[in-house]
Amino acid sequence: MKKAFWDRWGLPLILLLIFPLTILLPRSGLINPYIDLVLKYIGINIILTVSLNLVNGYMGEFSVGHAGFMAIGAYVASILTVWVFPPQWEAVLFPLALLAGGAAAGLAGLGIAFPSFRTRGDYLAIVTLAFNMIIKSILENLEVLGGPRGFMGMTKLTTLWWVYLMVILVIYLARNYVYSSFGRGVLSIREDETAANLVSVNTRQVKVLTFVFSAFLAGLAGGLFAHELQFINPRSFTILKSTDMLVMVYLGGIGSLGGSILGATVFTVVMEGLRSVLQAVGISQEWRLVVAPLMLILLMLFRPRGIMGLREFRFLLPREERSEVIRAAREAARAKAVIGEVRS
Amino acid sequence: MTLLEIRSLTHWFGGLRAVHDFNLDLLSGELVAIIGPNGAGKTTVFNLITGVYRPTQGSIRFQGRELVGLPSHEIISLGMARTFQNIRLFRELSVLDNVRIAHYARTHYSVWEALFRLPRFTREEERVRHEALELLDIFGLADLAELPAKSLPYGQQRRLEIARALATQPKLVLLDEPAAGMNPAEIDQLMETIRWLRSEFNLTILLIEHQMRVVMNIAERIKVLDFGQTIAEGTPQEIQHNPLVIEAYLGEETVL
Repeated sequence: MKKAFWDRWGLPLILLLIFPLTILLPRSGLINPYIDLVLKYIGINIILTVSLNLVNGYMGEFSVGHAGFMAIGAYVASILTVWVFPPQWEAVLFPLALLAGGAAAGLAGLGIAFPSFRTRGDYLAIVTLAFNMIIKSILENLEVLGGPRGFMGMTKLTTLWWVYLMVILVIYLARNYVYSSFGRGVLSIREDETAANLVSVNTRQVKVLTFVFSAFLAGLAGGLFAHELQFINPRSFTILKSTDMLVMVYLGGIGSLGGSILGATVFTVVMEGLRSVLQAVGISQEWRLVVAPLMLILLMLFRPRGIMGLREFRFLLPREERSEVIRAAREAARAKAVIGEVRS
Repeated sequence: MTLLEIRSLTHWFGGLRAVHDFNLDLLSGELVAIIGPNGAGKTTVFNLITGVYRPTQGSIRFQGRELVGLPSHEIISLGMARTFQNIRLFRELSVLDNVRIAHYARTHYSVWEALFRLPRFTREEERVRHEALELLDIFGLADLAELPAKSLPYGQQRRLEIARALATQPKLVLLDEPAAGMNPAEIDQLMETIRWLRSEFNLTILLIEHQMRVVMNIAERIKVLDFGQTIAEGTPQEIQHNPLVIEAYLGEETVL
């Protein structure tokens, strides 16, 4: 009884108890602004990693253009808070701006889903790469949004507690998606698309849903990112940003939410740690740009599935997917089958 | 009642005519076999029926409904299932998920209900899990539900593939060389299974097979293909003595 209680409510309770800390700690000065910033980056990167993992890890497609979705979310959310929302309301309407940014990115995701009907692997990767470059070019040429100089004027609305809430929401939704009929369809596309079609999976529907959902999440992260930096420009969303996401996915592990959390956390901490190390040693910060691609090469060579590849932490599984529940359901199914046999 | 009606089905791969003027009437409850040497176009016929390829010409009607032009998943949802010559399971996924995936078309909740785990989602998921486990139990695989499909031995993988096919609740099952890679004892067991499946699930079965023992034993009617053409058709006895068939299988010299 007691164990069942903690099994059900343990995680929500812990998450609830941490929430006030995410408000109080930065305010009280117990964690300095730099740590606060790094924590927020970790959160934003977790959302980005979950987003890319859905497409690259779970579905087995290969997108290298997710920074494009992030850019759309960042610009749309910023336009709303800077130009559209009245300043006294912007803090309250912030989640709406994030959602709108996600929705706009999701719409772009719909556009990428269609080429994926006809092509996959390397060719789809090139399509997504082109998409990323197109978005960057468009933004550079839109003078009204500042062109290459970028867009600014955002208030620092991205607080630690907002990031915290968004990360929990994103992981919750992604978990629910992955452990549903749609999510199993996603996995079947990775395993064998033809066989999936031939056991009634509507793979086109699954691809559309997954690309839109994934793009939505990347757009959401873009909005958070923009209101942390208070300044965005097209160069923040190049293939380098997409590469960072790839590293986080393949470091943490494909097809795993726990892996996404680990990958984003380890990567962010390593990159920030590197910053201070390079500074201390007196080497140019440019070398940080080498590290992410290098990590990607090493991962692909030695551990292509990452830390958690295709595995999941127990606490991230829905209860119905845990071993003991499946075992119980098996006994129930068997009992019913036996009764059926006796009757017949 | 005619379940499947195929008329003048023809398919070209570039300059190669893989299937030529193929006709078939499959009655409800029948067990018909398609045989023929390698490359005769047997698997192509299956791929045409299930919408993997779109035929160059001809019509395929299933329960009176034209299938040509429909995507595979819709054809399958109409009540057809198939297995593959070389097993095509979702290897990294669990045995249970392999079967649950085949419930896709019969799972009734929207993506919103899934994202927020609304009541209908929970109810449907429970039903799907239950049905899938029941089916696995029938095939003696329920205890292995949580193992990845790739970890099963060959015979069990074959059975899992059949279980997965049945999860779509088909009326017609297309079996592509189910006895491939089996030893004589396993083949005997397989024939038993096919007979039992047919009566238990009220299935109509269309079968591709190389092993004459299987075909002669369980098929009621046989169609023989060679180079895409139908060269003979009839009961096992008729086929066994048909000179054209012997020629196609053994070569001309032997017959002469």
